[in-house]
Amino acid sequence: MSDHSHDHPSFNHAAPLPLLFIVFGALIFLTIATVVTSNIELGEFGFIVAMIIATMKAFLVCAFFMHMWWDKGLNILVFFSSLIFVSLFVGMTLLDTGANMESIDSFPTTEDSSLSTTEY
Amino acid sequence: MAVADTTDQHDHDHDHHDHAPFIAHHFDGPEQQFDSGKLGIWLFLVTEILFFSGLFVAYILYRSHHPDIFQLAHHHLDKVLGCLNTIVLLFSSLTMALAVRSAQKGKNKNCELYILVTMVCATIFLGVKAVEYSHKWDLGIFPKSFFNYSEGHHATGFLGLSPYLIKLSVIPALLLAGFAGTSIFGKLTDKPAMGKFFLGMAITVAGYFGGVFGGIVYQNAIGSGHEQHASVSHQPMMLHAAMFDDDGHDHAEGDDDQDHADGEGHSDEEHAGEEHAEGEHAQGGHHSELGHSMPKSVGAFFSIYYCMTGLHAIHIIGGVVALAWIYYRSQQGHWREDYFGPVDYVGLYWHLVDLIWIYLFPLLYLID
Repeated sequence: MSDHSHDHPSFNHAAPLPLLFIVFGALIFLTIATVVTSNIELGEFGFIVAMIIATMKAFLVCAFFMHMWWDKGLNILVFFSSLIFVSLFVGMTLLDTGANMESIDSFPTTEDSSLSTTEY
Repeated sequence: MAVADTTDQHDHDHDHHDHAPFIAHHFDGPEQQFDSGKLGIWLFLVTEILFFSGLFVAYILYRSHHPDIFQLAHHHLDKVLGCLNTIVLLFSSLTMALAVRSAQKGKNKNCELYILVTMVCATIFLGVKAVEYSHKWDLGIFPKSFFNYSEGHHATGFLGLSPYLIKLSVIPALLLAGFAGTSIFGKLTDKPAMGKFFLGMAITVAGYFGGVFGGIVYQNAIGSGHEQHASVSHQPMMLHAAMFDDDGHDHAEGDDDQDHADGEGHSDEEHAGEEHAEGEHAQGGHHSELGHSMPKSVGAFFSIYYCMTGLHAIHIIGGVVALAWIYYRSQQGHWREDYFGPVDYVGLYWHLVDLIWIYLFPLLYLID
């Protein structure tokens, strides 16, 4: 970056043009790939494949469209800290969901109670 | 905006990078201003991610508890329209990245064009979304407590269009007329900048109608075959629903119209019926038996669907407003090699909206 700072300021780093088009092509390819794989019967595995493809697309968008590849470490740290809190949010909530099942199961199972146990 | 009052200096120190016109007085220089703004926008994006994560948690919890409902519900979502919208958004992300690149090189004309394409893509997305929503509402696919699915029911309004679609299109139509009128008025009254800006806005809103048109053409093309298939697969569920209804009440024959007509009233009783049905399902386990739990509980999936896609659509609208500001400033020729921050910041926000859709698309449309 510093070698062509006489042209423009050092904080001005433009993404290479061919790279942007390659990234766009890859994103379209992955979009079609995720639609195609969703039509194949993969069972439980299908969800994981879809999420892996989505995460690959997210990486491409973050790294190159959002300039994260060339960005300051602090900005990247701030961004990834949000993912830590999201995983805490999801993880803790999922841990807690089964916690009351025991008392629900021990609840007298009469005809009337079936109404109250499942509230979607 | 502390930058606005320094605009008039722009002309005479255009060539001197040292005296940048848009540097607020409390910054040392362009780099510090840029870095501060960038950290600020990243922090904003973090709050956006956490904002959406609440809905993702709702999705994950509900899906982990009731995967069968997701299996059933996603048949109401059109993969092709979803995929089309994904590609439109990805393309708008590309043009946004190109706009940032143009601004970084001080090419205001190119930036203006790319921003316009980005805004038009955004409104095409919204137009397709409006077709998707109104089609669902026609079929009675509403959030949980309003869920009232009925295949036969097809209200048609003007020109055979969905009345919901017409209602949704009122605001864009008014905006289009207003922007086009303002643009012409600006040209006539010798205000070329005003005329130019509002011409861009009119083209942007016209993109919505382009999206609506594309969506309708697609739905008419697949219409007959799709509905045939749908009525075959969903008919048994409606009959079951009506039968459970009969168990609880003294309703007459369970035909679809009857079920539709008093759908709101008997929601709780129907719910009780579902519980029975799920018990049977656990023993039976046959695929068609899943239909038992369809009528009301599927609405919960659509509550999540409408919340997630609706919040995303609101972000798209907000993005278009921000892009309109960038569009105006591009026309004013504000961007230069040491001042392109606002384009970059709005670009980052726009990419985040795209990023969220990248996850929403497989989570909502591609369940199997």
